[in-house]
Amino acid sequence: MATEFHNLQELRHSASLANKVFIQRDYSDGTTCKFQTKFPSELESRIERTLFEDTVKTLNNFYAEAEKIGGQSYLEGCLACATAYLIFLCMETRYEKVLKKIAKYIQEQNEKIYAPRGLLITDPIERGMRVIEISIYEDRGSSSSSSGSSSVSGSTAR
Amino acid sequence: MSAVMITRKVRKWEKLPGKNTFCCDGRVMMARQKGVFYLTLFLIVGTCSLFFAFECPYLAVHLSPAIPVFAVILFLFVIAFLLRTSFSDPGVLPRALPEEANFIEMEIEAANGNVPAGQRPPPRIRNVQINNQIVKLKYCYTCKIFRPPRASHCSICDNCVDRFDHHCPWVGNCVGKRNYRYFYLFTLTLSLLTIYIFAFNIVHVVMRSVDQGFLNTLKETPGTYPFKLTVLEVLVCFFTLWSVVGLTGFHTYLISLNQTTNEDIKGSWSGKNRIQNPYSHKNIIKNCCEVLCGPTYPRYLHSLSYSTIKFYVSVLVRSPSPKESSPSPKEEEHPPAPKLPPLASPETDAETSIAKTH
Repeated sequence: MATEFHNLQELRHSASLANKVFIQRDYSDGTTCKFQTKFPSELESRIERTLFEDTVKTLNNFYAEAEKIGGQSYLEGCLACATAYLIFLCMETRYEKVLKKIAKYIQEQNEKIYAPRGLLITDPIERGMRVIEISIYEDRGSSSSSSGSSSVSGSTAR
Repeated sequence: MSAVMITRKVRKWEKLPGKNTFCCDGRVMMARQKGVFYLTLFLIVGTCSLFFAFECPYLAVHLSPAIPVFAVILFLFVIAFLLRTSFSDPGVLPRALPEEANFIEMEIEAANGNVPAGQRPPPRIRNVQINNQIVKLKYCYTCKIFRPPRASHCSICDNCVDRFDHHCPWVGNCVGKRNYRYFYLFTLTLSLLTIYIFAFNIVHVVMRSVDQGFLNTLKETPGTYPFKLTVLEVLVCFFTLWSVVGLTGFHTYLISLNQTTNEDIKGSWSGKNRIQNPYSHKNIIKNCCEVLCGPTYPRYLHSLSYSTIKFYVSVLVRSPSPKESSPSPKEEEHPPAPKLPPLASPETDAETSIAKTH
């Protein structure tokens, strides 16, 4: 029952939102931004496990790079402090640069991998870095009841 | 059936929940009550103006011109850090959208099972393991989320703030993850400025007394040095000194242990039966580096970007055909199809987030 969409435009215009899955944060290493790589059951019929895990792992690596505390972050911090943080009026912080890379990566993943399978990833920054929201779309022609068809098993173990 | 798409741009900060005020197109974010913040500004600017007007000319001539220069630099840093603390987003967590809130509710219900009628359901807590310690995450009924570790809900601003320290009325804002280091640097530079002004006021009075004799210094005649103002400055500095230097010392202690004021007040990590602080690196320098030299975290509330709300209006046509592209709005042969709700589709949020400036 795989629904085929050729691009994001087609998805937008001919699909209806069936469900949303939320990938939660993984706090085992502390408060640094990291998402769980556990494969949700709702996506089992939609996408291969390895593709999903690759996406989440790459995102985790991006966030680790942004939040790394090392030479570069010290330099940036000290320079900014010495100029009373006025330097950020003209310069972009390292975190913002990485966030732009992440947004590009998510856009590319959506176009190449997720949209053809009727899925869409929302950038976690839009949700306060709490969850990765994956929207599951159904083809309007094929689904009988489009809104609120929740097939959540509710058993994503905690 | 064909759909007509209408887009409407709405500034996100116009519809944000929470009791904050925004200025400069969403760039400036403060709490609602700003009276004490204006008092802080007045005290700092007022005292420094008196110092520059009355003490500095004498000291520059009789001691060194570097004294006022250094005072000006300190003063500018204090104001810069104060404004940065007051105007920046402390790390407010956006509230859960309805779908996320429902998803969490369903998870909670599944976890709780059937609660017999009349019995209170168990408290909404999620246990996570951080550095081999179990930390409890509480559920926020206002924001409808399980708060991340170290986040807390500020009742004054009505927002959940990440790494919530405290709500500071002097600064007119919450102190959280994004502005804690500016707040600390503000208290530090203000302590230095207060000590500096206090010390040089004393030096000034002593020098004048040596020059003119103490009683002449006290006498005030038109055209001579106004002693009353110095007294005023000394009093302000004296009272400020104890509070601000004390506060700086307290926050230095907190930073060395990687704790927040909130955790310290609640006693989260103190006591024998409680767990140890799982966020501390057990090394003072590492803790200080993480808090003061860590990365500059981004805003979660995108108050500058526009949210493109798409309204999909299903238009009725006689015979549903996917190829028909001419909408005829009000011809009804069939019963009216339900209007689809506004769809803030994920991909538009992605587009706007790339285009956002802050």
